[in-house]
Amino acid sequence: MKILVTVKEVAEVDDEFDISGLDIDESSLEYDLNEWDDYAVEEAVQTSETHDDVEVVTVTVGPERAEETIRMALAKGADRAIRVWDDALEDAQFLDVDAKAELIAAVAEEEEPDLVLSGVQAGDDANGATGVALAETLGFEWAAVVNDLELDADAGVAAVHRELEGGIEELTDVELPAVLTIQTGINEPRYASLRGIRQAQRKPLDVNSLDDLGLDADVVESPVERTSMYEPESESDATVWEGSADETAQELASFLRDKGVVEG
Amino acid sequence: MTVLAVGEHRRGDLRDVSLELVTAGRELADELDTDLAMAVIGGDVEGFAEELNREGVDTIYTVAEGEEFNHGVYTQAIEQLYAELDPAALLLPNSVNGLDHAPAVAERLDLPLVTDVIALEGGDPVEVTREQYGGKVETTYDIDAEEYVLTIRPAEWPTADEAGDAAVEAFEADIDEASLGTTVNGFEEVGSGDIDITEADVLVSVGRGIEDEENIPLIEELADALDATLSSSRPIVDNGWLPQNRQVGQSGKVVTPDVYIAIGISGAVQHVAGMKGSDTIIAINTDPNAPIYDIADYGIVDDLFDVVPELIEEFGGEAPDV
Repeated sequence: MKILVTVKEVAEVDDEFDISGLDIDESSLEYDLNEWDDYAVEEAVQTSETHDDVEVVTVTVGPERAEETIRMALAKGADRAIRVWDDALEDAQFLDVDAKAELIAAVAEEEEPDLVLSGVQAGDDANGATGVALAETLGFEWAAVVNDLELDADAGVAAVHRELEGGIEELTDVELPAVLTIQTGINEPRYASLRGIRQAQRKPLDVNSLDDLGLDADVVESPVERTSMYEPESESDATVWEGSADETAQELASFLRDKGVVEG
Repeated sequence: MTVLAVGEHRRGDLRDVSLELVTAGRELADELDTDLAMAVIGGDVEGFAEELNREGVDTIYTVAEGEEFNHGVYTQAIEQLYAELDPAALLLPNSVNGLDHAPAVAERLDLPLVTDVIALEGGDPVEVTREQYGGKVETTYDIDAEEYVLTIRPAEWPTADEAGDAAVEAFEADIDEASLGTTVNGFEEVGSGDIDITEADVLVSVGRGIEDEENIPLIEELADALDATLSSSRPIVDNGWLPQNRQVGQSGKVVTPDVYIAIGISGAVQHVAGMKGSDTIIAINTDPNAPIYDIADYGIVDDLFDVVPELIEEFGGEAPDV
């Protein structure tokens, strides 16, 4: 069987940052593998290790810079990678959920995976919607926010737990092919080994343009337009204890004693 | 043209976000000068309709299909309601189940979707606000479309509490059972065990700032010294450093202690949802801009590895070497 994993390189913002125009200034950003996707990659690789004949392919929508992140996923055990990029994507203000779903769907239609694993959300945009939109675009089944996965490849069923709010999990059977959005904590993502990192350099990483995927530039068009980005005003009215660590610790200690919540 | 919002229920209870959807839906309907229709799908729809009958709702559609949430049923039912009502805006909850059907509904109806909306303004075009980069910035978006789908963040709008006089109508959906590709077999409660953090008067809660599993004993020692209970934010449990029954937040426990001491916790919205009802919140975090300070009553902007050992000594304990 084949598992397609969506891998996004996300921007992480420094504690101190600048906004220029409608986005955070490039100088305040660092790039990394999306945390949720790290768990999705791990789940796919573990599945390939416990089942026969499983190929793990990653798909990324991102510029050349993202290849470092993609190589990391390959180093952790994915077999090959596809990166989608195009001048039309470079020029877009941002990619909305529908555009991302269309782009990844075009790759999925070529690859015909049995299972697609994506992160629940990306740490930067936090739409939390691309995986399920992708499923609907492909005509696949889906399950959102999965924190346990048992795959019965012969029966074509994924038995999952969906993590609902308040410590409740929903136990659901999902028919394949399906897209599952993977929640953090489902497994323990591995660190890439040195051997894995070396091997990753030789694994195939194909780059596809819109043309290669048979898509038009209008795939990026969106009725949704970003109009502003700003730092939210602090709503803080906290009393901040100032001073050295022993001074502030004393302040806190006497507060707790005065409140009567601790003795001693 | 109307605004249509779909409520959420689970295991026999209407969830609060449904009544928040009434408030948000009424707000948008006022902007658009139109009606607000609510819908409820599955379970005790009559009972849920009664609960949803709050001021501001014009019509409530009950769709008696199934007991619990199933995204196939929801997607089909909403598609058919949409065809019948032709609403301008569709509001859905940005809950786990909301995210399991809203993107599919938007795709199927070919409508633009904006998720996790925290504020909305104006009708033409509507401007929505959301958070990005882990809550470090807010962004606004104009949706230049006649019709669209929004998911609203739970607990951002107040619940609608005044009784209403909406018309309740049964809606006959035609569900293609054969096409349902998921089967919900049941539920499981997780994170139970010997410790119940919801019972604690004082919680000492640890987050990502602790950096390493080997440093956890430092916070355990503090909890001991204060005779308090140890809890944590999500990453600590994800990493397997503490068991699930210690987790505070949206997917963990909702706690309301007298004192909540958040150590190395930035205060992501999912965490805050689980502890904002605490009487007194104290934060220890190096980043003065961390969102935890938005809800903290007291704070120490300093390194937890400097402050916590001092605090342990204050209470006669001995800080472990970490």
